[in-house]
Amino acid sequence: MSTGVAEKTQKTVGGIRRTFAPWNDPQAVPLIRYQNVTKRFGEFTAVDNLSLDIYEREFFALLGPSGCGKTTLMRMLAGFEEPTEGQITLAGQDLVGTPPYKRQTNMMFQSYALFPHMSVWDNIAFGLRQDRMEKGAVAARVEEMLKLVKLEKFAKRKPHQLSGGQRQRVALARSLAKRPKVLLLDEPLGALDKKLREETQFELMDIQMELGMTFLIVTHDQEEAMTVADRIAVMNHGKLVQVAPPAVIYEQPNSRYVADFVGDVNILDAKVTALAPGLVTLEAEAAPGMKLTATQECEAKVGESVALALRPEKLRVELDPPADPNVNCLTGTIWDIGYLGDLSIYHVELPNGTRVKAAKPNLTRMVERPITWEDKVYVSFTPDAGVILTR
Amino acid sequence: MAVKSGARSSGRWLVVTIPYLWLLALFLVPFLIVFKISLSQDAIAQPPYLPTFDLSEGWAAFKDAFGELSFENYGYVLSWDNEFIEAYGSSLWIAGISTILLLLVGYPIAYGMARAPKSIRPTLLMLVILPFWTSFLIRVYAWIGILSPEGLLNQLLIALGIISPDAPLQILATDTAVYIGIVYSYLPFMILPLYSALEKMDETLLEAAADLGCPPFAAFWKITWPLSLPGVFAGCLLCFIPAVGEFVIPDLLGGSDTLMIGKVLWTEFSVNRSWTVSSAVAVLLLMVLVIPIVFYQNLQAREVEGR
Ligand SMILES: Nc1ncnc2c1ncn2[C@@H]1O[C@H](COP(=O)(O)OP(=O)(O)OP(=O)(O)O)[C@@H](O)[C@H]1O
Ligand SMILES: [Mg+2]
Repeated sequence: MSTGVAEKTQKTVGGIRRTFAPWNDPQAVPLIRYQNVTKRFGEFTAVDNLSLDIYEREFFALLGPSGCGKTTLMRMLAGFEEPTEGQITLAGQDLVGTPPYKRQTNMMFQSYALFPHMSVWDNIAFGLRQDRMEKGAVAARVEEMLKLVKLEKFAKRKPHQLSGGQRQRVALARSLAKRPKVLLLDEPLGALDKKLREETQFELMDIQMELGMTFLIVTHDQEEAMTVADRIAVMNHGKLVQVAPPAVIYEQPNSRYVADFVGDVNILDAKVTALAPGLVTLEAEAAPGMKLTATQECEAKVGESVALALRPEKLRVELDPPADPNVNCLTGTIWDIGYLGDLSIYHVELPNGTRVKAAKPNLTRMVERPITWEDKVYVSFTPDAGVILTR
Repeated sequence: MAVKSGARSSGRWLVVTIPYLWLLALFLVPFLIVFKISLSQDAIAQPPYLPTFDLSEGWAAFKDAFGELSFENYGYVLSWDNEFIEAYGSSLWIAGISTILLLLVGYPIAYGMARAPKSIRPTLLMLVILPFWTSFLIRVYAWIGILSPEGLLNQLLIALGIISPDAPLQILATDTAVYIGIVYSYLPFMILPLYSALEKMDETLLEAAADLGCPPFAAFWKITWPLSLPGVFAGCLLCFIPAVGEFVIPDLLGGSDTLMIGKVLWTEFSVNRSWTVSSAVAVLLLMVLVIPIVFYQNLQAREVEGR
């Protein structure tokens, strides 16, 4: 496997250190290929000329606002919708025309789609029996799945006798049971409480690693996408905005849209005042006359309007000006303070009325915070903290 | 608090009682009257049976009248020497076969309606109910015009050269005509419950089945069919129960050898003028039908519980 920039997606899963970046390897052959796929429902374009490669053993997450076409993208792979234009291939085979029951994919439905007249056990066994798997093996697999989703005690119940979260877990178990080559998960964990969700996330990652499956997951929870995925695709209006590993999506968003959609961000409108190799000098609208610097390459020319994206945790809020003259610094007053337990969020109002958020970990058990409402503060950040966005 | 719950429980009491009062007045009381007649003897009198209860003649006469009641008529109806048992059997048979035919015809129609685009479903429903706008009797008479030897069907087949003009199909006055009549007349009662069961079904269930490797035909038997069973049972009972007692269709379309209990009852009542025997026939018919009704109610209760 090639070594590339994106080696930063090293993860420790189940104690195994993972170095996995086939998308940087020009020799690697993608397992799933969407090629210029368009899907229209009447006049409405749900997926718009989209091309995407997903590699074997990849855990791929789709992020995007409601109605942007995530489910449609999955349904085309599962075979419930045919693309209006373009081609989808799985392991080199063109999928167009292959009925869903002959495809090597399994899908967990957003609405669960559990069979109401069958018990939990029979629901999970359905796909296995379809493959004419031998009885003992079916039982063993179903038990294993029940254990995985912690529903051993509910095997005999019918779906309507379960809670929403339990139903979701049955749907997950049912889609996993056949150990498909590609598993499509449409918001698989949305109805679970935080603790169970986190546990299940790690279980999913373990299963995926262990069985060498390829997962395509839709989620509304960015943290979840960050945790589980090798790569994330941010979608909007049926198009991909950025496809990259989680750290890249977070630290180097390619557009205002991605920066804004993933995580908290302060976006300052600014003008480029000077350009040097690897260093951009800007003047923010919110702080006229102040020279801000960012260490990065930039496509914009001098005088052009850009945006400077700053994550709240990269801003420091202090009562005294920073000592280091190379650090960027803005002034403002504390407008509000949000106490989140582990963090405090300071909302600082800049002179022109723009508000920025700065997150500060609560390292000590201070009941009274030294910085309080209406205080004049200095907001500082290093030149490598911000990202200049031209889109 | 006590007052409030009292008021609420009396309200509930009212809601529960009214349907029961209705049943009592319009079902139980008439039933008891018929039952009493079935225990009486025929007589040339007005009304044509004995005894009659008349409190004006005193309590003793009332008690004597009670003593005269007997199950004699039931013995007569249930004896193998008479054709009643045969008629019951034949009615159940004809109703059973008709119900199966109705299911075979009705299911695909209901399925097609439930899968039709949402916008045209109300129209399709309307078309199913449309025949009710014409009198049932006229519609059955119309079948005579179609099925008779000189009828439309034979004319068409002869015109097409399928059969020769000398040997028209003899359908009218046979059991086949009765089946055709029952299937035609009862079809809406089969389609409507089936449609409502099928329409409720979530189509993503079939997608889920396909996703798990189940081809469409197998998915029908594993998913659609079991989920439509409540509709199947409801439709079958709605057709079977009235079909057993059907009188008009066998009388108009059936032959002289078509034996159905409704026809026998009518003959007994209006030709033989035996109120008592016809009442016994009616009570026994009710007994035969109570079994499927109880079965149906059990099923409904189970379904409600299962929701
Ligand atoms: N069968 C259909 N007919 C018409 N429009 C459809 C159909 N299916 C989806 N759409 C439209 O396509 C768009 C994308 O739908 P899709 O279900 O893929 O969204 P999504 O990204 O999964 O949203 P969510 O996060 O809410 O699940 C939506 O605007 C939706 O209204
Ligand atoms: Mg969706």
